[in-house]
Amino acid sequence: MHGTGDFDDSQALLEQVNQALENATPLRIQGSNSKAFLGRINAGEILDTRSHRGIVSYDPTELVITVRCGTPLAELKQVLDAAQQMLPCEPPAFGDDATVGGMIACGLSGPRRPWSGSVRDFVLGTRVITGLGKHLRFGGEVMKNVAGYDLSRLMAGSFGTLGLITEVSLKVLPKPRQTLSISLDMDSERALRNLAKWGQQPLPISAASHDGERLYLRLEGGEGSVASAHERLGGELMDGGYWDDLNEQRLPFFDEDQPLWRLSLPHNTPKLSLPGRQLIDWGGAQRWLKSDSQASFIRQVVDETGGHVTCYSHGLIDSPFQPLPDALMHYHRSLKQQLDPRGIFNPGRLYAEF
Amino acid sequence: MNILYDERVDGALPDVDKAGLLKALQTQWPDLEVLHQQEELKPYECDGLSAYRTTPMLVVLPRDIAQVQGLLRLCHERHVPVVARGAGTGLSGGALPLEKGVLLVMARFNQILHIDPEARTARVQPGVRNLAISQAAAPYGLYYAPDPSSQIACSIGGNVAENAGGVHCLKYGLTVHNVLQVDILTVDGERLTLGSNALDSPGLDLLALFTGSEGMLGVITEVTVKLLPKPQSAKVLLAAFDSVEKAGRAVGDIIAAGIIPGGLEMMDNLAIRAAEDFIHAGYPVDAEAILLCELDGVEADVHDDCSRVRQVLEQAGATEVRLAKDEAERVRFWAGRKNAFPAVGRLSPDYYCMDGTIPRRELPGVLKAIAELSAEYNLRVANVFHAGDGNMHPLILFDANQPGELERAETLGGKILELCVKVGGSITGEHGVGREKINQMCAQFNSDELTLFHAVKAAFDPSGLLNPGKNIPTLHRCAEFGAMHVHAGQLPFPDLERF
Repeated sequence: MHGTGDFDDSQALLEQVNQALENATPLRIQGSNSKAFLGRINAGEILDTRSHRGIVSYDPTELVITVRCGTPLAELKQVLDAAQQMLPCEPPAFGDDATVGGMIACGLSGPRRPWSGSVRDFVLGTRVITGLGKHLRFGGEVMKNVAGYDLSRLMAGSFGTLGLITEVSLKVLPKPRQTLSISLDMDSERALRNLAKWGQQPLPISAASHDGERLYLRLEGGEGSVASAHERLGGELMDGGYWDDLNEQRLPFFDEDQPLWRLSLPHNTPKLSLPGRQLIDWGGAQRWLKSDSQASFIRQVVDETGGHVTCYSHGLIDSPFQPLPDALMHYHRSLKQQLDPRGIFNPGRLYAEF
Repeated sequence: MNILYDERVDGALPDVDKAGLLKALQTQWPDLEVLHQQEELKPYECDGLSAYRTTPMLVVLPRDIAQVQGLLRLCHERHVPVVARGAGTGLSGGALPLEKGVLLVMARFNQILHIDPEARTARVQPGVRNLAISQAAAPYGLYYAPDPSSQIACSIGGNVAENAGGVHCLKYGLTVHNVLQVDILTVDGERLTLGSNALDSPGLDLLALFTGSEGMLGVITEVTVKLLPKPQSAKVLLAAFDSVEKAGRAVGDIIAAGIIPGGLEMMDNLAIRAAEDFIHAGYPVDAEAILLCELDGVEADVHDDCSRVRQVLEQAGATEVRLAKDEAERVRFWAGRKNAFPAVGRLSPDYYCMDGTIPRRELPGVLKAIAELSAEYNLRVANVFHAGDGNMHPLILFDANQPGELERAETLGGKILELCVKVGGSITGEHGVGREKINQMCAQFNSDELTLFHAVKAAFDPSGLLNPGKNIPTLHRCAEFGAMHVHAGQLPFPDLERF
């Protein structure tokens, strides 16, 4: 399987990393920069991953695909699509040229996440250029592998702070035979109560969102289960394009001028009273907030639920990711020190401390 | 003591003052249960891998977390190694005690703290048995998905430490996919919470790193797991084949048809006959291989999927396809599979269970090579296989009372694992490395990769006191092992000094 522009550029990437190690030059790893808005502003010599691209192997009956980091996410999706398969975690792209490396490093998942699992849940293996200047392989192309520490899954969501992900093997799944989206007229309090109740039943729900007015549900599965769930839940049929618009933040909600905050909560958290507007995703476990409130205030409210807050408006505050308790920060720094002793990989992107 | 796993290969044993430590423990916590006499220590000399035995220096059975914390601090101050143990059902010697170490038994922490049906979570102590969680959740129509065969006895703390699997992994994931939050104590007794009750948490994914870390990075003190609604319906198809290759291809065909079964298991003729003799599951004893395919979910979908899978199996050349006619027959079909290990155990005084994984397409070649190795070492091998996810469990039959047979079984097992690595698989899918596969780690990872693993260890346990000698081999061990075990004239670690 070869696409246009396929190229193994790992040698050049390794050389750039080794040069940076030698000179202790911080690197700023980037693909298309589609998610540069997320995290702290980090300076450094640019390491562009896009020359290292292509699908290395894909056997649909093995349910595994191995891809180089610079491969466009759109190309990966297209290849899976042709085999009637998908990345169940529905990673958002936030740009036409988003790369697979960025998708893993940011670890963001879409509307199906509470039912299917997150990006890290589908990572089976990685190749990584490390802070010791070596190109190494962890995990593999098999579903089950518990040999050694799980460094592959640790890489997901690490924002490039632990090393350069050059290749990833992902578990993929067949697309559901039937998909249908419905909208129901109910307020958010009732929607959250219903979702908590339905969650205890074997219903084929694969996405649930509330925009302040209506509850939107996606049903996926076999023809029989989808039809019977639709019959039971009622509601109006709607265009499934809603889910992509929600995932890519193209709904009108996201256009407003106020800062955008992501609230990650236990899914059965009742409606949260905060100044501004809210949009519920992940059946209640992810809520978007458009608000001028102070970060400290929002975090205080969310802390009480056991959740955490990320600021999605670039540069608004110095710590867009929720600050860590001291003991946990200590071990984050310790791990960074061990895996990237010269501190060259995206220093400061996650937290100022490492 | 067997050279293959002798801890002395990793360096001199620590110099530990047993009497001093015992006195300190007894003074600090007069009611803490500490076992120190030979006859009390004996029952703890092994875990589920009974071929490997070491009498621990001390066994400590704390009842509250403050005691665990105190014990860890004391051992840290005195440089005493600590091995944590749950129910002791592990199959890789992960909880094998150390001659000069404390065995920390977490089994007394057996309380289910909270079942929250609306949040679909269970917060439990680490010594709670896997099956007990599902039983406690059953009144709410919920269950905990990962179901290792030992689920009746194994504890959740051990499940997290080993990233345990089961027969439903392909569809429902491993332990790592079903845990939300874990509380741990670090080597110096500091308490950390990893993960959260939300679906993600800020910072690096240390929860993923700790899951499957085999007690090397911290001691698990509490676990919050996800619960799922019980599938409405589950049906099992049994298909017989006149060759393992055909059965293997049928597995790929089912997945190509867009179906992900809840469970998909394969057994070869020796395993079929053993299970049938033992359980009377109704297996066709003349078949070269059988597939058990469980389809679960909403009634209507299960019904449709059953017809689809039946068609696929017939097209793939199954000599017989049977749908379990009722729940009793379904349970019987599974009982044969779930008891395959003890069933094979009846054929032979001892058996040794392997745990390699391979890309499924490699199955025919690997089974053929295993048959050749079996003949070469003159030991029978029965094959039981989580076919859906490529996890093989070859069972090597031997008699430990025959001089040399254990060693031959170990060597044959090692060869099988190296074969798995060669075809792009792994030496362990769900049982863990522990002490058992420590040498085969040298085949799966090169010295730079092992060095990075040691760096991870150093971030959390710089003094190397938690479960030393397990999971990640020292480079010295790999050099020693490599010397015994030269591949095509090439040493795996040519740049290392040899002793």
